[in-house]
Amino acid sequence: MKITYSNIQGIEGPLVFLRHQHNVMNGEIVHIIDPNGIARTGRVLEISENVTVIEVFQGTAGLDTDRTQLTFSDEVFQISISRDMLGRTFDGQGRPKILKNADSFPELLPEVVRPICGTPINPYSRSYPTDVIHTGISVIDGLTTLVRGQKLPIFTGQGLSHNKLAAQIVKQAKVREENFVVVFVGIGILQDDAMYFEQRFKESGNWQNVISFLNIASDPTIERILIPRIALTVAEYFAFDLDMHVLVIMTDITNYCEALRELSSAKGEIPSRKGFPGYMYSDLASLYERAGKIKGREGSITQIPIITMPNDDITHPIPDLTGFITEGQIVLSRELYKRNVYPPIDILSSLSRLMKEGVGEGKTREDHSEIASQLYSLYAQSLEIKELESIIGEESLTSLDKRILNFGKSFEQYFMNQKFDEERDVITTLDLAWDLVSTVPKRNILRISPEILDKYYIEDARIKEKLWGR
Amino acid sequence: MSRQSDQGFILSIDGPVIGIKGLKYQKIGDLVKIGHSKLTGEIIKITDNRSIATCYEYTEGLHVGEPVLNTTEPLSMELGPGLLNNIYDGIQRTLPLLREKYGDFIGIEQEAYALDRKKSWIFEPKVKEGTKVTPGDIIGTVQETNTINHKIMVPMGVYGTLTTIVRPSKYSIEDTIYTIKNGKIEQKFGLFQKWPIRNIRPYRQRIYPTEPLITGMRVIDVLFPVAKGGVVAVPGGFGTGKTVIQHNLAKWADADIIVYVGCGERGNEMADVLEQFPNLIDPHTNLPVMERTVLIANTSNMPVSAREASIFSGLTIAEYYRDMGYDVALLADSTTRWAEALREISGRLEEMPAEGGYPAYLSTRLASFYERAGLVHPLGFPDRVGSITVVGAVSPPSGDFSEPVTKTTRRFVKAFWALDAKLAYSRHYPSISWTDSYSLYSEHLEEWWNKLGKGWGKSRIDISEILARSDELQNIVQLVGKENLPVEQQLILFVAELIKNVYLIQNAFDPIDRYSSPQKSLKLINLILDYYSRSLDVVSREIPLFEVENLGIVTEISRARLSIKNKDVDQFEGLQKKLEREITGLIERYESS
Repeated sequence: MKITYSNIQGIEGPLVFLRHQHNVMNGEIVHIIDPNGIARTGRVLEISENVTVIEVFQGTAGLDTDRTQLTFSDEVFQISISRDMLGRTFDGQGRPKILKNADSFPELLPEVVRPICGTPINPYSRSYPTDVIHTGISVIDGLTTLVRGQKLPIFTGQGLSHNKLAAQIVKQAKVREENFVVVFVGIGILQDDAMYFEQRFKESGNWQNVISFLNIASDPTIERILIPRIALTVAEYFAFDLDMHVLVIMTDITNYCEALRELSSAKGEIPSRKGFPGYMYSDLASLYERAGKIKGREGSITQIPIITMPNDDITHPIPDLTGFITEGQIVLSRELYKRNVYPPIDILSSLSRLMKEGVGEGKTREDHSEIASQLYSLYAQSLEIKELESIIGEESLTSLDKRILNFGKSFEQYFMNQKFDEERDVITTLDLAWDLVSTVPKRNILRISPEILDKYYIEDARIKEKLWGR
Repeated sequence: MSRQSDQGFILSIDGPVIGIKGLKYQKIGDLVKIGHSKLTGEIIKITDNRSIATCYEYTEGLHVGEPVLNTTEPLSMELGPGLLNNIYDGIQRTLPLLREKYGDFIGIEQEAYALDRKKSWIFEPKVKEGTKVTPGDIIGTVQETNTINHKIMVPMGVYGTLTTIVRPSKYSIEDTIYTIKNGKIEQKFGLFQKWPIRNIRPYRQRIYPTEPLITGMRVIDVLFPVAKGGVVAVPGGFGTGKTVIQHNLAKWADADIIVYVGCGERGNEMADVLEQFPNLIDPHTNLPVMERTVLIANTSNMPVSAREASIFSGLTIAEYYRDMGYDVALLADSTTRWAEALREISGRLEEMPAEGGYPAYLSTRLASFYERAGLVHPLGFPDRVGSITVVGAVSPPSGDFSEPVTKTTRRFVKAFWALDAKLAYSRHYPSISWTDSYSLYSEHLEEWWNKLGKGWGKSRIDISEILARSDELQNIVQLVGKENLPVEQQLILFVAELIKNVYLIQNAFDPIDRYSSPQKSLKLINLILDYYSRSLDVVSREIPLFEVENLGIVTEISRARLSIKNKDVDQFEGLQKKLEREITGLIERYESS
């Protein structure tokens, strides 16, 4: 039964308050006709004893209290999904976006209609992700291995090369899979960034495998809360109904959280850290936890959310809460970026929690996890020594310290540094790691078991010289 | 009071918080069934004209005006055979059964029994008809798994004479096993009982713990030990390895029963546990570790009210096995998510927030959780001893230990394993900081260790001193450089590095290193300390430091954690002889020239 009201009680920010006289449903979709006769959509957010709180997706500008009409639809927010979505772009409510100069697309014939909030995967149904996605980037493949079904965010700062890195991952990761789909979600991003991604996807020739959802900076704020949920609902269909491997790139989660804060303060909720709502952890989890693999199904959802850390502050609530939910993080460093290291990944604070099961004998190579641990250890030492050097001078360093310092320099130069179009397979990456580690005396290599060390350590001094001649 | 008649209707909905009007007999803690789809909820607040409930399931799609039914009973756990080797959500729905019945996603209107109704168990009676029984008396046993003999106990509050008891045979959970008569009332009992999760199960007497919980992690067992019946907090920012430590405890700790509560954490981590545990062999019993484990998984995207309940659900199961006389370890990952669930619900109730937005009753609730740990004599005959060790992970925002949950938790725990982000960044795992961690149990455990071999107490103090000395010296190195320190101090730095890199560090995924037996831990540290004292003697004879640094034994000490198996600890004697030989050789070489 559809019921129409035209007596709004109050309007505040993106919210409309209505004195209801019937049994409203939690999450119900409300169709709104503004005084100019233009249709908008809203959703029931909270129902108190007499008053219903409705969020309006397109914003409340232009709404009044007596001429605006609200019709309750008796439905929750749902999205029509179809295979024809591939290669197309959608707006913040999941409707096909009309682009200038674009070919006219046929209307979509929905295969299924699904509510966007999704339901949690039964933990017992999950299958633990162990298939490595080879990105061809040494730092990621070697040290923070990405695994299919993982959620691995990129923590970045304004003006760093996160978009380039994400584009490179998409470009190089696709090669090994035919049934590979990229779902790109732009949340409050700049038009330029949206175009950058579109161009990179087109260049790499896999535009037909990309579904884009775009809410650009000038679009309504409330849609930023819907758009990742819409995109993930679509991703779930492709992954768990059609058995495809879906990579979801969400940029920028910071804009999402700010929209959440705006909504929360309009509702008059008690704020938590930095004004963000107390339930932000659970809310973010309801997005991130939709990544994964399910027993007995072929497909998977891998998420790479991009988070711009306000002021490069990793302890800010957004990256902080994200880090507690995701399976690791890739952190970009402004200092490395300034020194022209690409990708500027700060390896010490970066981590992939799912790496241990993804690497090793039969998957990458037997020495992988040990050599990775050794690289971390030596690089951490080299940074400490570098600090020491700046105080006491190079002359006062021991010869071992000097060796480790040199290791650090060449590690950044040869291992971390890579070109945008350079693709290194994992064996090349591991061999490179051994070349570097072998510049440090064998007895100072403590993280590697004796058998592996004897097998891979390069004793020959000439090989070491060859490395420096590269 | 007729149960069917206590019905009301939904007045308001705000996320998981539901306002209800029209209930007559509601009590705080009553379980209610909300709406036509009968979502489970719990009454948490009563005002003059309405009650407030939190709903354990998602509320989207619920209408105002739908009926609410009060069951008038509190949220309770089903306790009986079948708990082990099982996995539940926060309100004890069996997850494998949910999957079987409803598929891979958890939606609304899903129900699943906690204990399998069809499975039958072999019951062995232990007492005869006519015996007078009191609560906690063991009246029979069921072999629940290969390792665990499940004791069937008289429920709390039941006294009387045993009038009938069945013969040894196979019975299902719902069969009547025994009857007890008290006065004119005769009651029937089966293999299982119920207990409300928020009530503490009573016990006879509490005793002070004196036996360590052996974890196989050297930094814990030797430096910051925990007793069986103790309480530990493990705080650490993200990526510092809280979960790996909890998993390691679940795999190798020498408790009889493990209750693992994944509270608001990652789904993939639970999948990891579920895939690994059935294949892992417990070094103490040589049987799969899953056979002693109960898992409770309420991942971060599952409803927040059930997350709040999950910790108490875990405790209730832990107390039940403790009452049988077992040593139980309750691993809660993470208590911060639980506290945040409290905060979220409190915020929706518009309660006045205290520090950090948490409700003012945060410390009371934390206390009600940690105080359920301990070593006790349970009620009933025969007399027995059981314990609950609680290990609570804490996830302080931004790794800041002064935030309310970490700060409040510190008041209730006696051991504190502080995880250090800097150690984690250089992949030094377990990243338990040797400067910020402490354990107040060590002095009570010394007697136990002394039975095992010499010098645990002294070795602990010696390594702590070397590590502390080295941290001080590092500051001086920053100013003058290592080369300019006196040679004894350079030796301290060298030995401290050795202790960190070959002793405190431990690879959780290496088949040999992942579990270090108490004997191995003790022998290895004594070897390192012996190397230190002998080297001190060498350098005092004006023999250069690099000579002792370059001895062959150093390489062997470095490899020992990875190469010497727990069963081959005798090999340390060979190393000890080699150390003595090399040192003597070195001194002779210099003194003769």
